[in-house]
Parts: sequence; structure tokens; C-alpha cells
Amino acid sequence: MATDILMPALSPTMEEGKLAKWLKKEGDSVKSGDVLAEIETDKATMEVEAIDEGVLAKILVPDGTENVAVNTPIAIIAAEGEDVAAAAASGGQSKPAATEGGAPAPTPDMQAEGMADKSAPTAKTGDDAPRAPAAPAIIKNTAAAPVMDEFPPDSPLETQSVREALRDAMAEEMRRDDKVFVMGEEVAEYQGAYKITQGLLQEFGARRVVDTPITEHGFAGIGVGAAFMGLKPIVEFMTFNFAMQAIDHIINSAAKTLYMSGGQLGCPIVFRGPNGAAARVGAQHSHDYAAWYSNVPGLKVIAPYTAADAKGLLKAAIRDPNPVIFLENEILYGQSFPVPKIDDLVLPIGKARIHRPGTDVTIVSFSIGMTYALKAAQALAEQGIEAEVIDLRTIRPMDSETIVESVKKTGRCVTVEEGFPQSGVGAEIAARLMVDAFDYLDAPVLRVTGKDVPMPYAANLEKLALPNVAEVIEAAKAVCYK
Amino acid sequence: MDAGNEAGKPAASADAPQHRPAPNIPQFTKDEDLHAYREMLLIRRFEEKAGQLYGMGLIGGFCHLYIGQEAVVVGMQMAGEDGDQNITGYRDHGHMLACGMEAKGVMAELTGRRGGYSRGKGGSMHMFSREKQFFGGHGIVGAQVSLGTGLAFADAYLQNGKVSFTYMGDGAANQGQVYESFNMAALWKLPVVYVIENNRYAMGTSVARASAQTDFSKRGLSFGIPGEQVDGMDVRTVREAASRAINHARSGQGPYILEMQTYRYRGHSMSDPAKYRSKDEVSKMRDEHDPIEMVRKRLIEAHGVPEADLKGIDAKVREIVNESADFATHDPEPDASELWTDILLEARA
Repeated sequence: MATDILMPALSPTMEEGKLAKWLKKEGDSVKSGDVLAEIETDKATMEVEAIDEGVLAKILVPDGTENVAVNTPIAIIAAEGEDVAAAAASGGQSKPAATEGGAPAPTPDMQAEGMADKSAPTAKTGDDAPRAPAAPAIIKNTAAAPVMDEFPPDSPLETQSVREALRDAMAEEMRRDDKVFVMGEEVAEYQGAYKITQGLLQEFGARRVVDTPITEHGFAGIGVGAAFMGLKPIVEFMTFNFAMQAIDHIINSAAKTLYMSGGQLGCPIVFRGPNGAAARVGAQHSHDYAAWYSNVPGLKVIAPYTAADAKGLLKAAIRDPNPVIFLENEILYGQSFPVPKIDDLVLPIGKARIHRPGTDVTIVSFSIGMTYALKAAQALAEQGIEAEVIDLRTIRPMDSETIVESVKKTGRCVTVEEGFPQSGVGAEIAARLMVDAFDYLDAPVLRVTGKDVPMPYAANLEKLALPNVAEVIEAAKAVCYK
Repeated sequence: MDAGNEAGKPAASADAPQHRPAPNIPQFTKDEDLHAYREMLLIRRFEEKAGQLYGMGLIGGFCHLYIGQEAVVVGMQMAGEDGDQNITGYRDHGHMLACGMEAKGVMAELTGRRGGYSRGKGGSMHMFSREKQFFGGHGIVGAQVSLGTGLAFADAYLQNGKVSFTYMGDGAANQGQVYESFNMAALWKLPVVYVIENNRYAMGTSVARASAQTDFSKRGLSFGIPGEQVDGMDVRTVREAASRAINHARSGQGPYILEMQTYRYRGHSMSDPAKYRSKDEVSKMRDEHDPIEMVRKRLIEAHGVPEADLKGIDAKVREIVNESADFATHDPEPDASELWTDILLEARA
């Protein structure tokens, strides 16, 4: 049967082109791979190759024709043994099966009925514009946010540093599951640059506690590849500043593959290490990446403050089948907190905790930001302002509900983080509150953040660049109009 | 067009478009040749059809065809065993077919339909099959090299006796993470075979214009990784070299590099007019070193296979490809609800 040769699209955006020149003439026999014609687009001259074998029966669009629309029949090929004259006479009417789909593919049936109601107003779009279905709820908080009630009330407590809690979390999970291993720079022989992996080599051996060369990009990729195979790597970055070298694998390889594979290939991996400023280490060692990673679908992002949260959430992160960014803080490593002495301390990812209940203003923070928030709350209480302090613990998925419920009560909100202001975690919280608690807000949401400058080295400047307790107090009083 | 030629540099002659077949070519049995013929032809016809569907606007975005390079992946597969992993970059359709993934599922992914391997959410560069041990399909040049080394890390960790075939192009071979991976693979003696498919052009830049060392088999030298240059247009030499490399890796001696000297007939992607090389260069390779034509000739002349038998294979392959195109044009697009699936896996309690 005769086959139409169609004007091909040679790029995703091409709609028409010029048929510059025929390299075969009517009556020529052609085989797969032969160049039939040259086509000019605004960008380049390209060749049209034959796919099928046969005889070029008729040229429908002559040399030099401009503005030939994509998918216009430009020639007819008669199949081997077919009557060439008859094929030519079909006059571009022959439609091989393959051209049937030449018209733009039908858009998926996007019915509005699948879209959940939203409390916030949505912009009206043109009636024919396809609309995305509503996102499913990720956080399903049925109970009120816990106020340190996640553990049995009679659990015995022991005092532990964040450092010890993190190490115990890894050791417990490594005992539980042979597929869990830790890799990174100085994690084994050196016992960890910050001693988080202390003793792990001795207990688990070099197979499971793997010292890497200083090659973040490479070992992050190796970790992701191992996770594709079903292992559960804990990749330690000496600091998240160095993970910038590896961010391609964290985002393009770890976060996106599940989606790109239609759900086939998960990536159960934890990237952990200290994040944000330590003290006097300058701009390249002080960046807080919480907002960066929280921007990426396919990742979970955790940034604990207390030792109990560090332990319970790291254990949860290691068990989680998804890539988890676990942001620690060097200054918190040495701080001690009560940790429940229970067998298997695993906390839910994606749930904030009300660290200090209050009624007048909501202060939301995470990680080391909590130290400013809590000290400010103490000072505010002395001045008659009862602040409710929420520890986010997980940045993504973010527990909006706990924040919104608190703001419904207090009508005011201040966010605290060491990261930069633009597109920060505080900016995200402010945007969510504007949509979900607009009618409850009695004042604009204020953000206390790191200053919008690279971290300076000089002690006085560094102090100025970081948030401080006075700024939190000032912001809280401002939203209370006091 | 070759700056090296004008400057009269010796590097230019090394890069001159002459293909030198290897001496002492190993022989295939008739069945092996028939198998190779069928596998390579399937890739060739599939890619031609993909190019056609792209021209009709049914395939969007980027589409990188493997035409001309078929002997590489088919020869590698003939040397591997079940359970060995495969991972490559974005010119990946041939690898998927060679791994035994179905033409229908691959083509439907190209057209972005629900029956595609990634349910329409990955596209040409992002398909995977756990069942066939195909780990993608990666769009960031060189990323698959670290990932493939990670697959081998897991093989060593699990002591499962499997080998990771990690493919990259001559362009990717210049990425930094490739050498980070070489270092760790050699350090830890990981079972990985790095297959550098040198098709002479990294997009439009010839090897001589991008690489200080154009002998890619030497790229692992400073890490002690053995390597060899292989006539990648001859499926027999590919399989023989692959067997050596795989034995090396599987027996715990660490990584191995194979530089496959090959050639792509088409542009870098569908929208590449390939003006950086001469037509003569392309037609010379096609006429004198076509991997499929060589096997076809051998089957007729040396193995005495009747031409009609080969026509029968051609017809069967065309049927598979046409069916895949038909499926890929009629299968519906993914349901709108698929927008929100496969972002995170549910954590098990």
C-alpha cells in the first residue's frame, strides 16, 4: 500500500518549514535511510530520511515551497511491487496507520469534579484551559499537635547530647537491618569529623562503615545507585556546604527517579550532616540549606532541635523508603536534652511539636532557631506575653495544620530561622498563613532570619548577621502591637 | 571543519574518520549471528520508527536515536548474564530493547502514554525496569557513571556475583564525577564494566576538540583500571572484549574500561542538523562498516542462510515495531490524577 511522506517536525517547536530541495526524483527507488529531501527551518537545514522501502511515486510539494505545515503530505511512496501510477494517483489520500495520530494528541480528560474544594479563592482560568487536579493532603493530623506527649508519660529519661542520640539512632538501625550502612568522609577510622559515627566502625566493621575519598559528587551518586538496588545508605556530608558538589545527585537522581520511573524505582537514602552556621567559619561553611531542599518534591527534609527528636526522627528517616535530607547543627551536637529510655524511639516525620504552649503569639522555628525562640518566649513571659513556640522538626512535608491551629488561637505569628530571608522557610509559612488563616491574623507575619549577606568572618559582624533573641522579642512585641 | 587538520596537529590524524576493524576477529556461530542480527535490527527499525513518530509530532521534547551504535549494546548483552545491571545516559532506547524490555512499553513512553514504562511520566530519557535490571535512562551527562558504580557497590555489598554495565558517551567521559567513580571503583574493587561509547561527537563537538586524551581506554590508567579499545561496529569483537571485561569484574578484580569505537548516523537529537561532519564521513561508515549489514552479509555468505529467511526476520521485526507504534499512538495519555502519584512512597509502619 502507498505511504504518504509527511512534512516532519524537526524540533519540539517547529510548526512549518521550507521544502528546500528534493534529492530523489519521481520514479527513484528508495530504501530505509536514504535521504529524500532537505528541509529548512528558521534554525537549520535538515534531512528527511526514508523509513520504508519502495519507489518515490509522486512528489506533492515541489522544491522551494515555503511555509509547509508539519504533517502535510509531501510525497507518496509506492510499496515494493505496487503499481506506481496507481499509488501516485492516490494523491496524498493514502493514510498509513502511523499518520492517524498525526493530529495533536487528545488532552487527558481533566474533569473538575476531581478537584477538591479549597478554602482560599482560586483564580478563574479560561473554561477550556486544563486544570491540574488538587494535590492530595500529605499531612493528616487527626489528633491535636503533641505537647511532648509522644512518649509514654512514665518513660524513664536519660540525659543525652544530640551527638550521642544521632549515633545511637544509626547504631540501632544498623543492628536492626543489614542493608543499612553509613558512608562519608572520615566516618570510620577517624570516628567522624564531628564524632557522630563514634564506635560504629568497631561494632559494624569496614563493610558497613565506609570511609570515602573527598569526592562528594561521586559518593553521593554511589549512595543513590546503592539505594536503587535496595540498600539503605546513610550518606554523611562533613557539612551540607560540601553537599553543593553533590546536589545534582540529591535532586536529579534521588528525588526525581521514583516519579520518572512511574513508581518503579525508589531511593531509600538519608543524606545527613551539619547544616548552617557554626562559629567563625566564614561564608562557605555557614549556609543554611533548609529552604533549598524544602523546595524539592520527592524529598523529605528534617531539621531537629532536641536530642530526642534527633534520635527518633533519624531512626524514622533511615526506615523511610524515600530520600531524606537530615539537617543537623554543629552547635547543637554538644547540647544535652532528656531522651526517653525506650526500646525503639521512632517519631513521625512531618509532624511539628508545640514545645511551649502559649496564647498571645505563635513563634515557629526549627533546629538551632529554637534556641532564640525559646529564650525570647521566656523573656516575653516576663513581660506578660505568652508565646506558643512550635518546633517544626520536619520542614518538608510541612505541618501547616499545627501552625494554623496555633495562629487561630493567637492571631499572630513570628518565624525564626538562620537562613536567608528571600524564599526562606519563614516566607513559606507566611504565605501559607495568608491563605489558610487570613481571617484569624491580627497582624502581618514577621520573619526573623539571617541577614541577606554572605556570612562574615569577623566576630562582631557574624553576630550581626545571625538572628538573635532581641530580634525575636522585638518581632513578637510588634505583632502584638506592644 | 576540523580545526586540528588546519593546524596540522598530530591529534587530527588520530581523529580522522577512518574506521579500522580489529585484527583476529572472533567468529560467531550461525545462531549467534542470527541472534545478533535480529536484536540489532529491532533497535534499528525501532529507532527509525521513533524518528518518524517524532516527525509527526507524536513524540515530544528530546529524542536521541541509537542508529549506527547497535552492535555495542547487543554485543555487551550477549556476554552478560541474567541479573547483571545496566545503566546509561539519555541515548537509551537501544539499551532497553537489548535488555529485553518490550518495544510497546518503550514506544508508549516516548509518546507519553499510560502504557509506557514510566506511565508517561519519564519520556525518552527516563525509563527503568527492575525486572530487566535496567536502571535508566539518565539525563544529566555523566550522572549514570556514579549511579552505576553505586549499583556495583551494592553488588559487592550483597556479594551477589552480579556486574554493573555502566555506559557513557565520549562526552560524558570528560565529566569530573566519572573520575571520582573510577577512583572509588578501583579502590574498592567494585564489579563494574565502564562502557565508553565513543561515537566521535559529544553533541556537535568532535572528540579531538574536547578531549586531551582521545584514547578513552587509557582514562582509567592512573587508577590502575585496565582498558581496551574495541571495534564497536562489529558485534563479535564487542562480545569478546565484553567477556574479558565481565570476567575481570565478576572475579573480584575490580572495574574495567571498554572504549567502543562506534558511530551514530543521525544527529545528536532529532533537532540536530549535524553540520559539524561531512556527508561523506557518514555515508562511508554506513556503507562500509554498518553493524547490521556486516552480519547480514555473513549470514548469507558464510552461514548459507537463505535471503528469504532474513526477509522473514525483517518482517517479524517490522511487525513488532509497527505494533509498538500503533499501541503508542492509541494508548491514552495518563489520567490527570497521575500528576500527583509516585512522588513519595508510603512509609511502612
